[in-house]
Amino acid sequence: MYAFNEGGAIPVVDPTTADGVFTLLWLVVALPLAGAAILLIGGRRTDRWGHLLGTALPIGSFVISLVLFISLLGRGDDERQVMQHLYTWIEVGHLNVGMDLLYDQLSALFLLLITGVGSLIHIYSIGYMAHDPRRRRFFGYLNLFVAAMLVLVLSENYLGLFLGWEGVGLASYLLIGFWQHKPTAAAAAKKAFVLNRVGDMGLSLAIMMFFVLFGSTSFHVISEAAGNASEKQMTILGLLLLLGACGKSAQFPLQAWLMDAMEGPTPVSALIHAATMVTAGVYLIVRSNFVFDRAPDARTVVLVVALISLFWGAWIGCAKDDIKKSLAGSTMSQIGYMMTAAGLGVAGYPFAIFHLLTHGFFKADLFLSAGSVMHGMNDDVDMRHYGLLRKAMPVTFLTFTMGYLAIIGFPGFSGFWSKDGIIETALSQNILVGVLAALGAGVTGFYMTRMMLMTFFTDKRWEKDVHPHESPTVMTGPLVVLAALAVFGGLLILNDWIVDWLSPVTGTAPHESPPIPALAISAIVFVLVLAGAAVAWLVVGRQAVPRTAPTQVSWVTRAGREEVYGNVINDTLVVDPGRHLTAGVLATDRYVVDGALTGGPVAIGAVAGVARRAQNGFVRSYALSLLGGALIVALALLAVNLA
Amino acid sequence: MNFVKPTIEYSQLWPLLVIFAVACIGVLVEAFVPRALRFRVQTVLAAAGLLVALAGTIWVATDLDVLGDGVARGSVDVEGTIVIDGPTVFFWGILLVFALGGVLLFAERQLEGGVSAFAGQAAALPGTEAEREASTRGLEHTEVYPLLMFAVGGMLLFPAANDLLTLFVALEVLSLPLYLLCGLARRRRLLSQEAALKYFMLGAFSSGFFIYGVALTYGFAGSMGFSEINEAVRNDVGNQTLLLLGLGMVSVGLLFKVGAAPFHSWTPDVYQGAPTPVTAFMAAGTKIAAFGAILRLYYVAFGSDRWSWQPMLWVIAILTMVVGAVLAVVQTDMKRMLAYSSVAHTGFLLTGVLGVQQASELSDGQVTSLQAVLFYLTTYGFAMIGAFAVVTLVRDSGGEATTFARWQGLGRRSPLIAGLFAFFLLSMAGIPLTAGFVGKWAVFTVALSAGAWPVVIAAILCSIIAVFFYVRVIVLMFFLDGDSSGGEVATVTKPSVLTSATILVGVAATLVLGIVPGPVLDLAANAGQFVR
Repeated sequence: MYAFNEGGAIPVVDPTTADGVFTLLWLVVALPLAGAAILLIGGRRTDRWGHLLGTALPIGSFVISLVLFISLLGRGDDERQVMQHLYTWIEVGHLNVGMDLLYDQLSALFLLLITGVGSLIHIYSIGYMAHDPRRRRFFGYLNLFVAAMLVLVLSENYLGLFLGWEGVGLASYLLIGFWQHKPTAAAAAKKAFVLNRVGDMGLSLAIMMFFVLFGSTSFHVISEAAGNASEKQMTILGLLLLLGACGKSAQFPLQAWLMDAMEGPTPVSALIHAATMVTAGVYLIVRSNFVFDRAPDARTVVLVVALISLFWGAWIGCAKDDIKKSLAGSTMSQIGYMMTAAGLGVAGYPFAIFHLLTHGFFKADLFLSAGSVMHGMNDDVDMRHYGLLRKAMPVTFLTFTMGYLAIIGFPGFSGFWSKDGIIETALSQNILVGVLAALGAGVTGFYMTRMMLMTFFTDKRWEKDVHPHESPTVMTGPLVVLAALAVFGGLLILNDWIVDWLSPVTGTAPHESPPIPALAISAIVFVLVLAGAAVAWLVVGRQAVPRTAPTQVSWVTRAGREEVYGNVINDTLVVDPGRHLTAGVLATDRYVVDGALTGGPVAIGAVAGVARRAQNGFVRSYALSLLGGALIVALALLAVNLA
Repeated sequence: MNFVKPTIEYSQLWPLLVIFAVACIGVLVEAFVPRALRFRVQTVLAAAGLLVALAGTIWVATDLDVLGDGVARGSVDVEGTIVIDGPTVFFWGILLVFALGGVLLFAERQLEGGVSAFAGQAAALPGTEAEREASTRGLEHTEVYPLLMFAVGGMLLFPAANDLLTLFVALEVLSLPLYLLCGLARRRRLLSQEAALKYFMLGAFSSGFFIYGVALTYGFAGSMGFSEINEAVRNDVGNQTLLLLGLGMVSVGLLFKVGAAPFHSWTPDVYQGAPTPVTAFMAAGTKIAAFGAILRLYYVAFGSDRWSWQPMLWVIAILTMVVGAVLAVVQTDMKRMLAYSSVAHTGFLLTGVLGVQQASELSDGQVTSLQAVLFYLTTYGFAMIGAFAVVTLVRDSGGEATTFARWQGLGRRSPLIAGLFAFFLLSMAGIPLTAGFVGKWAVFTVALSAGAWPVVIAAILCSIIAVFFYVRVIVLMFFLDGDSSGGEVATVTKPSVLTSATILVGVAATLVLGIVPGPVLDLAANAGQFVR
């Protein structure tokens, strides 16, 4: 199935030392980091101008990224990997972990996406958060988030990547829980943090395994020596990395946090779901191509996880009435596409990154447009209370439409090129994957059309005292830019540019033609999308939309509203066993140990009326456990060694 | 009969002797210096003694003999009973630094309105006229300083001991003053006395196991000395059963001191009942000293018998982490939560002990177990002392408020203090750019290199559970409103410069060790191997 990978050259990361304009690389990270430091440490003194500074610094980063990108374009293919050594983080004997930045074709694109879309989101937030008393703090967190994400994509070793990885986790925790007065926000923030830690476990195990196998965590060293490791080792590494990617990119089975994360302010949703955090998993897999290229089994698992997520997310997107949660479901589904492409190996990597970029544009556009709608609707998120907003908010309507056409893959729009690229590659590698990916496009057509119709068309279903109005220019400006990107982002594929650009990093795949002509594939996919849209029109467009969600619905809808029972599954698999374990340990402590002596639990805290908690507080039972432990130690030692 | 005068290398030992001398002088001060002056004299004396000993330790460290192939530096002193080598001076250094933090916390008098955190008159029964009188007269016990110094002396001797008898003496010298100190809280005296009694009884019980193990080991090897035991193990003389039982019983005594499951049950009660400055000192100091002893005992005396103790330690490490992490989740008292978290940390440290010991078994430049554990202990000590120092500041009308309900919304009322506490918690949870991350990374990697991957997976799982309860406290402080239950909420009392300095040093060390761990890792690497 992947015959072309074996024996083919898998690229080695071999950067040259940064010189000339590339010595500015550190500034890209340092600017937003400085912004975060000034705004968070400066306190109330910076309230007045904090948001302006917090916006100017990422823009500065973007300008530097642009300059660097142009200089990189001017270089030959073999000089396009640049490394800047900042300082040595950990150095013991020969173990040397540096704070090294790696700037190559892959990270260059990420830099532009993160700082570019990030800056637009900052500008938008000036308007969106105008009346929030803690706006300065919000911008501080946003800056921190951008800085952490830049560390993640710029680091030259896995440990630095892990630093950024945890940094975005922490910053997103602060941002999701930003409206701390809402208990749901605090709970959601905690959930995101903890679920992400499960993924982090995979990543940290993988890093330690890299270290044990190769004595280093640097991409350079590992990609050079990776050929010496066995396929089994590579498969384990690949699966561990995938676990990490699933946590950060909200892929099955670690997706539950994403819906709850919608508790944060809308710009945060845009930043987390479009430009940055969720794409980290895709980045990790593409960056670790030297592992996945040598582990076909791990790639198969990636494909399975990706396809499950693709449909799982789409299912949620179809059923939710909350516009942000519906978009979140679509994010999960679109990342499923990227992971599908990444799972296809060398031929798929460029399309994974391509779709990641276009998705960054149109999803940021959609989220911020949705935020603009909410802004006009007094922060109501229920699409059943919208309707006919195209008249009230013409600019938002226009930008949302551009995003909509891009995400469903309307010919000519950015999403069309990237999604078709993935489907074509999939078809030429594995028919089943390709067919499923094409079907997914049809479902996308359904749920996005449903959202479009419920929000901007159909009848007015507004709440009484709501007067929808267009948002201020500071919000619509970024929307227009993002909409333009959503329309024209497809230009990157012109002349196969992005495929050639990335080939030194991801490797070159021999050209394989899909079983049927590319044009036919595009036509079929487009017909599927139209079919999905038509069904949506039949369901919501032709008949009146009830203002309250109907309760008599099929199990399919019910499951979708319950996020396909993701929470239930998490609860039964992780939370409940944990709770039982805790209860069990407590009960053993309190009753069994004590009960053996006194025949039953005795009133806790009898000693001098002092309230005692978890443990029973009796020395005799402590001594008993000590004695028991000693006996076990002695017997176990004897049994193990003398048996 | 010939008597040989024992040679005692005073030039190497004098930091240890300074501490014991200061302790003895402290007793004399109690007898001869007028009451009004005692506090000042005692604190200055203790701090000066510790500083001199610290300087002496650095001086001794630079002056160690290089042995054989250069991986070990130091010498065996006092007729083979004490070893002053690289690891020993490293342990001395961090112990003395944390003891200094302990003295600063002991001397804090601003929080209780001009008196220390210790009982006015320990002999007065709680709730009696005598107690009230002691309180109105503003009495305080300055004996705590000599007691502290004796404990520090014992701790210094513990990781340096090179035979089982010296080890036992050191164990008792460090434990007895701590039992007393635990019972001296000014507030909640019954709880404090109960804690002291429990600690004493269980400590005595475990010492019984320890000394029994010493006897059995002597029965096997015919000697108390670590190197002789090692010889005997290597040559496989004597009765294997005696060795295993002896090893097991000695382990019980030491594992009790570090609070490993199932010998941990005293930890939460004692940590909660003891005056918080004592808890802070004890949490850092006892653990460091006891791990020093464990490392030397397992690596030097029983090093050749690794295959018999390693499976036992695997199980205990996993059990300790699980018990510590899981039980910490259900705690509702800050000191108890920290106590269980320290149990979990014991498990992580034991994971490090399981790693590869010999530099020769490692590929170039990998971290040894000893190094990883030394570094972890350093990071752990700073975070623990800092966290407990913060706990002393958060008070309500009844003194320190340690229940979670009181801490609700603290982040709104005192963002700085709550932020620092959150930082310590994040370090304990092992978030990158804090010291805890590098420490965890080091111990997990050495264990993985030694093939102990089941333990490492358990450790990572437990550290995820641990993140959960640390984050819960952060949520409590920053995301919840105070006073939801209608009860009183705690506020931060402004401390004197003593406590502030301790907290600041803790924060600075935790941050610096997270960002540039290099120098301290180098120091730990320079400590080299144990001298046998």
